[in-house]
Amino acid sequence: MNSITQFLDGNMLSIYLLIFTIFLGFELISKVPSVLHTPLMSGANAISGIVLVGSIFFLRLADPSDTLSLIVGSLAMIMAMINIVGGFAVTNRMLAMFKKKPKQ
Amino acid sequence: MTVFFQLAYLVGAVLFILGLRGLSDPKTARGGNLRAALGMGIAIVASLLYPLESSQGNFIWIIAALLIGGLIGWFSSAKVQMTSMPQLVSIFNGLGGGSAMLLSFVEYLNLNKSGSISVNLTSLTILFTLLVGAISFSGSILAYLKLDGKVKDKHVTLPKHQFINIILLIATIATVGFAMFNPSSTSLIIATVVSLIYGFSFVAPIGGADMPVVISLLNSVTGISAATAGFLYNNQIMILGGILVGASGTILTVLMCRAMNRSLVNVLIGGFSATGIAVAGASGQDQGNVQPTQAMDVAILLNYSEKVILVPGYGMAVAQAQKQAKELDEILSKKGIEVYYGIHPVAGRMPGHMNVLLAEVDISYDKLLDLDDCNSNLGDTDIVLVVGANDVVNPSALDDPSSSIYGMPVLEVWRAKKVIVFKRSMKPGYAGIQNPLFFKENTNMLFGDAGASLKNILSELKTLD
Repeated sequence: MNSITQFLDGNMLSIYLLIFTIFLGFELISKVPSVLHTPLMSGANAISGIVLVGSIFFLRLADPSDTLSLIVGSLAMIMAMINIVGGFAVTNRMLAMFKKKPKQ
Repeated sequence: MTVFFQLAYLVGAVLFILGLRGLSDPKTARGGNLRAALGMGIAIVASLLYPLESSQGNFIWIIAALLIGGLIGWFSSAKVQMTSMPQLVSIFNGLGGGSAMLLSFVEYLNLNKSGSISVNLTSLTILFTLLVGAISFSGSILAYLKLDGKVKDKHVTLPKHQFINIILLIATIATVGFAMFNPSSTSLIIATVVSLIYGFSFVAPIGGADMPVVISLLNSVTGISAATAGFLYNNQIMILGGILVGASGTILTVLMCRAMNRSLVNVLIGGFSATGIAVAGASGQDQGNVQPTQAMDVAILLNYSEKVILVPGYGMAVAQAQKQAKELDEILSKKGIEVYYGIHPVAGRMPGHMNVLLAEVDISYDKLLDLDDCNSNLGDTDIVLVVGANDVVNPSALDDPSSSIYGMPVLEVWRAKKVIVFKRSMKPGYAGIQNPLFFKENTNMLFGDAGASLKNILSELKTLD
């Protein structure tokens, strides 16, 4: 119990952020035309690669003699990076096709 | 000093928000995507330079990993065919979840090694991230394999699969709980493996037309894993980014469920997929005969029509028939015939799948009619061409309460004067449900590969002038 109150105490702002972001997320995307469903999904997907930030901190703090941490951390980083670069690039490619406006 | 880096994260977070807002409008979508990417770039640079007292460097590892990941991501996105977009999106998504899983795995190991692990919210956060990331990872990999046709639904669906899933879910929570209260590397490995198996098994019974739902759901799950990892590092941009993805994935999931008039629970139980076959089979008998037709006859019909609606489905993606569809569109439009496309919200294997394919061949999106528009246009349509769609044009959804798709809004193509169904054979669709549309009086079947059939129609049309 004590640890829970301690955690809440230390993370109150983050918890606010969490809750407000949930509302913000729903507001932002509540009316998306179906033509954008795929790009929105893959663009958002790329954003979920933000977990990369965690892997950067992990590797920067990892003990250089701890090979297991270095390897697993790097693997996590590679995976997140594929998600990010691939996700944004493929979304851009898709949206480039949508952009060609038809002439009547 | 650190305050500058915190500000950089704030800028990155704002760019994510602006990016997603841009992505929800066709006019601003491309800029939105670039803004989000810029936000990500800022977050990465800030994390690399962030002053850390106990930084160990390790920059060779970091730079190498960034380069390898970046190059793989870049080349796989540049090479992919638009028709395999759903596979690519799910694999990228799985990698994000897998990254969160690995990260929490090593965090736990290190805490355990240093003896500082205890039953508290930190270990709960680590294990929750592990669980959610693992489900997203193995679930997305299976979704990828299914979409790529490497795994068939029936190969991974066991009898009483839902029962197995419930047992597995309980086992997953139990092993994760065990790893929390009895920290050891063994209990961690067991928890990871069981979570991975659960993710796999959770996606296994879901298939066919339900794929768009499961893909956007997995997307949302990955977002959540990134957000909880953010609590681990007390990093706000991770929390914000992850939750935004979680929210957008949830909205898409809900939209897809609504388009099928089904609840999420119903989708997850897999009523539409492999397990649904037995139920659907019963109502699929004694339908009468189908009326086959030929490309030449279809060409003549088209030549004398005024309004044509093409209804694409997953089969069009498989046959890569969108190029021929575009050609047909051009020829008919030249003859003064109106051509539209009826797009069902869950046609294809991911949300908006058909839109991507038609955009690829440069078909104007004001020709694309959504469900309601299309249905109100069908009354005065001369010909509907059903190219590779099946379940989304099935009249059973309206009039057969025993059908597993009963209640799903569909494109009521049979209300047009004539329906031509492009189909390989009389095999039921992906969902395994018989389609009474094929037996209607005003329906003709054009058997064969959709692309080849369209090509034949095109060459016949050219001789008709």
